[in-house]
Amino acid sequence: MNKIDKTSPAAADWQQNYDKMIGQDRVIKNRSGIEVEPLYWPQDDASGDYAEKLGFPGADPMTRGIYPTMHRGRTWSQRQLIGLGRPADFNERIKSILKSGASALSIIPCNSVYRGIDCDEVEPEILGTCGTILNTVEDMDISLKDIPIDEISIGLNDPNPFLMLVQMLVVAENRGIPWTKITGTSNQSDYISHFVANHMFYRLSLPGARRVQMDTITYLAEHVPNWNALSIVGQHMQQAGATPAQAMGLTLSTAIQYAHDCQDRGMDPDKFLERFTFFFDISISFFEEVAKFRAGRRIWNNLVTERFGVTNPRAKRFKFHGQTSGLDLTRQQPLNNIARVTAQAMAGIFGGLQSMHTDGYDEVLSTPSEDSAKIAISTQNILKHEAHLCDVVDPLGGSYYVESLTDAMEEEILKVIGQIDDQGGMYKAVESGFVQEMIGASALEYQDQIDNSEQIIVGVNAYQEEEDASSRPVLKRPPKSHMQAQVERLKEIKATRDPAVLAKGLQDLRDAAQSKDLNVFEAELNAVRAGATQGEVIAVLREELGFGQPLVVA
Amino acid sequence: MNDVLTTPARVLVTKIGLDGHDRGSRIIAAYLRDAGMEVIYTSPWQKIEAVVTLAMQEDVDVIGISSLATDHLLVPKLMKALAEADLAHVRVVVGGIVPDEDEADLLAAGVSEVFHPGAVRDEIVSSVEKFAAEATNARPQD
Repeated sequence: MNKIDKTSPAAADWQQNYDKMIGQDRVIKNRSGIEVEPLYWPQDDASGDYAEKLGFPGADPMTRGIYPTMHRGRTWSQRQLIGLGRPADFNERIKSILKSGASALSIIPCNSVYRGIDCDEVEPEILGTCGTILNTVEDMDISLKDIPIDEISIGLNDPNPFLMLVQMLVVAENRGIPWTKITGTSNQSDYISHFVANHMFYRLSLPGARRVQMDTITYLAEHVPNWNALSIVGQHMQQAGATPAQAMGLTLSTAIQYAHDCQDRGMDPDKFLERFTFFFDISISFFEEVAKFRAGRRIWNNLVTERFGVTNPRAKRFKFHGQTSGLDLTRQQPLNNIARVTAQAMAGIFGGLQSMHTDGYDEVLSTPSEDSAKIAISTQNILKHEAHLCDVVDPLGGSYYVESLTDAMEEEILKVIGQIDDQGGMYKAVESGFVQEMIGASALEYQDQIDNSEQIIVGVNAYQEEEDASSRPVLKRPPKSHMQAQVERLKEIKATRDPAVLAKGLQDLRDAAQSKDLNVFEAELNAVRAGATQGEVIAVLREELGFGQPLVVA
Repeated sequence: MNDVLTTPARVLVTKIGLDGHDRGSRIIAAYLRDAGMEVIYTSPWQKIEAVVTLAMQEDVDVIGISSLATDHLLVPKLMKALAEADLAHVRVVVGGIVPDEDEADLLAAGVSEVFHPGAVRDEIVSSVEKFAAEATNARPQD
């Protein structure tokens, strides 16, 4: 490609005509604050930088993708988040979702499980209204009934200290399935993101969570080698207000922190980095999201080489799951959300994701319904098969705009990583509230743009229509009797355990938490084998390792 | 009667129940603070008894409950607890993901207003100001 600079006659001619027609031009900035030009062309000789900046998919610097084949070879896993009150209800729903084309499963527990409280201690009004109750091995076994857990990749929305994983490993053990055959990811393992941005998942104190996470990574590396113990989450920070560039920068800084923590345990980056995965938000800011993912991939590739001396190509792969942003969805004219999710999903696909969840259009109205979840899956299938988005690897690569924006996002992201380095790393930057303040300021700024109509949202601050409740789907909640039965069953299970065995399991767990030499995750497994519920295990760890109280900066 | 407050409105912005998504509550707290109100902000997962105690100690006019994942279903219990603590004058507003069926129940339980996604700053600020004035007027005289 020939270089054509601004002063060349053709470019100058266009600029003159543009200025004449546009009159007073507007400054357009994306969500990350990058000013967007009206036109991009090869001002620099792009071909000269090709090998250094783009390269071929599957090879350094992996800007164009982490595998040689990308979606043409294997498309992303369709990983829908599903959570329903009773384990049996979840099981029924997940089987129907698997039939409709989902290729991996993901379990969302009830908020009481996220908070680490058994269902017999939860106010009945809110029990099971937003996810599945998983307190015991039996609950997990019923949730996964008839599901070949050795053949399907499983995503557990399972925050530190990872009781769902413990329960699932015990279920596998009981079914005679070797742990080496278990594949999947602990999707909510990033305690730093929970401390900062999604307190939903925050259970243990910051140092306590760090300890358990490292014990878990160490244990799994040895015993469940195909499990991704760590998913580093940018999604929470972006949902909480971080701009796309900030979210990417903070996520990479978090990954750097975890990599240092693994090194401190004597682990080898060429090995443990193979198991790092990432989880991001996909907003509707289409080109910005595509550029965010391409830039993130390139930065990670360079960063693990420079900072951790990685040479193993598998350890440089920036594997990520994307979830379409619920924040962009509107209560007004809710069916419009199907169009929004489509645009978000396209950005994720062009960004080169490995796994995706598309939101149901009614997520902004209530816990998503079965019908909306099916439309969300169909959206992915339509984009794949009818729109042919997977035929070509990195189809937007080489676009003057997308490459320029990828470079600009890279610069912004590196700035954020530099700020966190200056704070002494991500752990310290969240402990002090530095990150929380950054995110809070961005959230307010974006909300102001909507309130001032600088950012148009269809049906909210423009194109409004008179609407009544009939435009919104009817809500279905699990019957109260189901939840009562679940509570009764838990009480029965608790009553039929061997008290001596249980007491020993919990005491061993307590001892492990107090000792520097014992592995807490292994002790959790033994406690659950001894009959301990998730609430009981977490209660012991909270006593020993500290309660998870997030830092509030308002 | 007096519609204009002479002292700044005092508002407690909090989350009850189990959910921890706090982008909404943080933005609302900033809005109200910027509008000159005195905002008492808490971390999520507050118990109803704790909210009532705080409302009493801080002498608030309005309580704003932010709910994303069905925690609003606990608000009728909060209304009852406020009445029992002689805080019936305190106005309660709820914001977040609240289905229509539940909104009717909340209003019936005495909630002053439910704000849905898409509600804008001016609308929220002026409503809260109005409710704070009502609360002042409804305050038991001693």
